[in-house]
Amino acid sequence: MKELLDGWIAQGVFGSLPVDLVYLIGLLAAGVVVVFGFVLNVAGVTTFVERRVWARIQSRVGPNRVGPQGILQWLADGVKLLMKEETIPYAADARLFKLAPYVVVLGFIAAFVAIPFSSALIAADLNLGLLYITSVTSLVVVGILMAGWASNNKWSLIGGIRAAAQIVSYEIPAALTIFSVVLITGTFSTQSIIQQQGWAPWSWYIFHSPFTFVGFFVLFTALLAEGNRTPFDLPEAESELVAGFVTEYSGARYLFFFLVEWGNLYVISAVLVTLFLGGWQFPVVGGLGDRPVALNALQLLTFVGKSYFGVIVIMWIRATLPRIRVDQLMTTCWKYLVPISFVNFMGTALWVAVWPDGNRVVTAAMTVLGFALVGYFLSRVVFHLRRSGARLTFSPLS
Amino acid sequence: MANAISNYVRNIMDTAATVFEGMAVTCSHFVRTPSTVQYPDRMAVRVQDTLPFRYRGILEVDLEICTGCLACERACPIDCIVIDAKKDMQTRKMMLTRFDIDISKCMYCGLCSEPCPTGAIHHTPEFEGADYSLESMVRRYVKEPVAAYKPKKVEDDPAILPILERGMRYLGEFAGTESEETESAA
Repeated sequence: MKELLDGWIAQGVFGSLPVDLVYLIGLLAAGVVVVFGFVLNVAGVTTFVERRVWARIQSRVGPNRVGPQGILQWLADGVKLLMKEETIPYAADARLFKLAPYVVVLGFIAAFVAIPFSSALIAADLNLGLLYITSVTSLVVVGILMAGWASNNKWSLIGGIRAAAQIVSYEIPAALTIFSVVLITGTFSTQSIIQQQGWAPWSWYIFHSPFTFVGFFVLFTALLAEGNRTPFDLPEAESELVAGFVTEYSGARYLFFFLVEWGNLYVISAVLVTLFLGGWQFPVVGGLGDRPVALNALQLLTFVGKSYFGVIVIMWIRATLPRIRVDQLMTTCWKYLVPISFVNFMGTALWVAVWPDGNRVVTAAMTVLGFALVGYFLSRVVFHLRRSGARLTFSPLS
Repeated sequence: MANAISNYVRNIMDTAATVFEGMAVTCSHFVRTPSTVQYPDRMAVRVQDTLPFRYRGILEVDLEICTGCLACERACPIDCIVIDAKKDMQTRKMMLTRFDIDISKCMYCGLCSEPCPTGAIHHTPEFEGADYSLESMVRRYVKEPVAAYKPKKVEDDPAILPILERGMRYLGEFAGTESEETESAA
C-alpha cells in the first residue's frame, strides 16, 4: 500500500500536500474501507450464516423471512440493537463501563492489519506480523475484564475473570504452535509464510510433518478458546451466567461485543489458513502470470473461501459439542495442550535441523493420511445417513 | 506411572475419536430435510384440506335449504345464533330476515347442526377466523330477506339438489346416532 501511495505522490496526484499528511489520509482511508467495507459486514453476515447453518444441523430452517432467504436479518438485528435504550447500572464504574467495548473492538480490528488477503492485498506486511496478531488480540482480555468489573454485578465479574483466565491460559499453546511454524519458515511475516507454501495440499504446512499436523489441531483448539467459542464459551455461557460479562450491556455497546465475537471467527480462521492451509496460494496457470489483477482476485477468492470454510467448521463445532466446565477448561490447557505444544515445538525444531527443506516422503505420507481421514469422515457421514433413512436436501435455500 | 501415561494417552484418543464421530453425525444432519412446517404460507397442502369431514370448524349456513324451524337457535347452549323468521301475510311464506352467528361466542359443540332437518347449518373445516375487530366476529348470513325452504317428498329444483344432498350426507355422518351408524354399516 505504501508503494501505491508513493507512486501517486510521484505522479503529483496530491499536489503540494506534505507527504506525512498524505500517508495519514491514506491510512485512515484504508482503515475505513477495511472496517466498514469488510469487517463489519463479515461479522454481520456471519451471524446470519451461523443461524442458518446451526438450524440445518438441528433439522430446522433458521431465519428466512427478512429479505430474500432472510439475508437482511443481521441488518434488522443491528438496527434493533441500536434503537435500544442505553442503560448504565447505578453503581457501575461509568468511565470503564463505556470504555470497555472500544478496547475489545480495538483488539479485534487491529488484527486485520497483518492478515494477507492476497499477494498484494495486505494493509501492512509487518516483519513481525504473527507476533503482532498474537499480541494485539490479547487486548480483548483487558476489555473483557473492564466490562466484567465495571458492571458492578457478581455474575459479570465471574464471567470476566473466567474469560481473562481462559484467554491468557490458551495464549501459551497458541503462541507455541505459531512459533513452531515460524521455525519452519524462519520469518514472522504472514506474506512470507504463505509464499513459502504452495497451492497444492501437499505443499501446505499442515502436511509438512506429523508435528505440524498435530499442531494444526492444537492451534485450532487454542484459538477456539481465545475466541470464547463453544465448547469454551463459559464466559458468555448463555444458560449459566445470564450473559456473562455482557449482562449489563444493552444497545450499541452490546452490539460491539457481539460483533467482536463473530468477527473473531474470521480472524481465527484467517490465522489458521495463513499458517497451515496455504493462504491465498493459487496455481499460476495459463496467462495468469501476466494478469496480476485477475490473479489477485483469484487469490482473494481462495483466501476468503478457505477462511469462510473454517468459519463454518467452527459453527459446526458449536452445534456439536457441549460446553466444558471451567476446571476441565484449565485441565485441557495446562495438562494437555501445553505439554503437547512443547513437544511439537521441540519436534519441529529437530525436524527443521535434520531436514531443512522438508522430508518429501513423510510429507507425501501425511498428505495421504490427511485425505484418508477425510475419506473416513465422509464414510461415517454416509453411514449415519443410511442408518437414519432420512430424506436429503442439499439446497441451502428454503 | 505407566497407568497414568496410558490414561493420559487414552484421554486424548477418546477426545479425538468422539469429536470426530460427533462431527460426522451433525454433518449428516446438515444435509437432511428440515422438519419445520412453515405455516401458513409455505405449506405443501392447506391444513383445511387435511382435516376430516366431521371436523367442527367455523359454522356455515346454506340459506337455500334452511326451513326456518329455529331448532338450531333453541339448541345452542350459549345463544350465539340469532334468527328472525316471520310469516309474511301477503305471500303466505316464511321470510328469513336475520341469521347471525357470533363465532366468538360459539363453542363449536355441534349441538346446532344435529337437530337441523336438512343440514343447512353445518361445520366447515375453516378455522382461521381471527380478525382485528369484534364486529367481524358476528357472521351475518342473510344479505336480503329470503323465503325459507319448504321440504318436498322428491326434490326437483336442480339448483337445490346438490346442496340438499350435501346437507343430508353431513347429517348422516355427523349427527347420526350409534344405532343408525351400526345399521348403515351392516
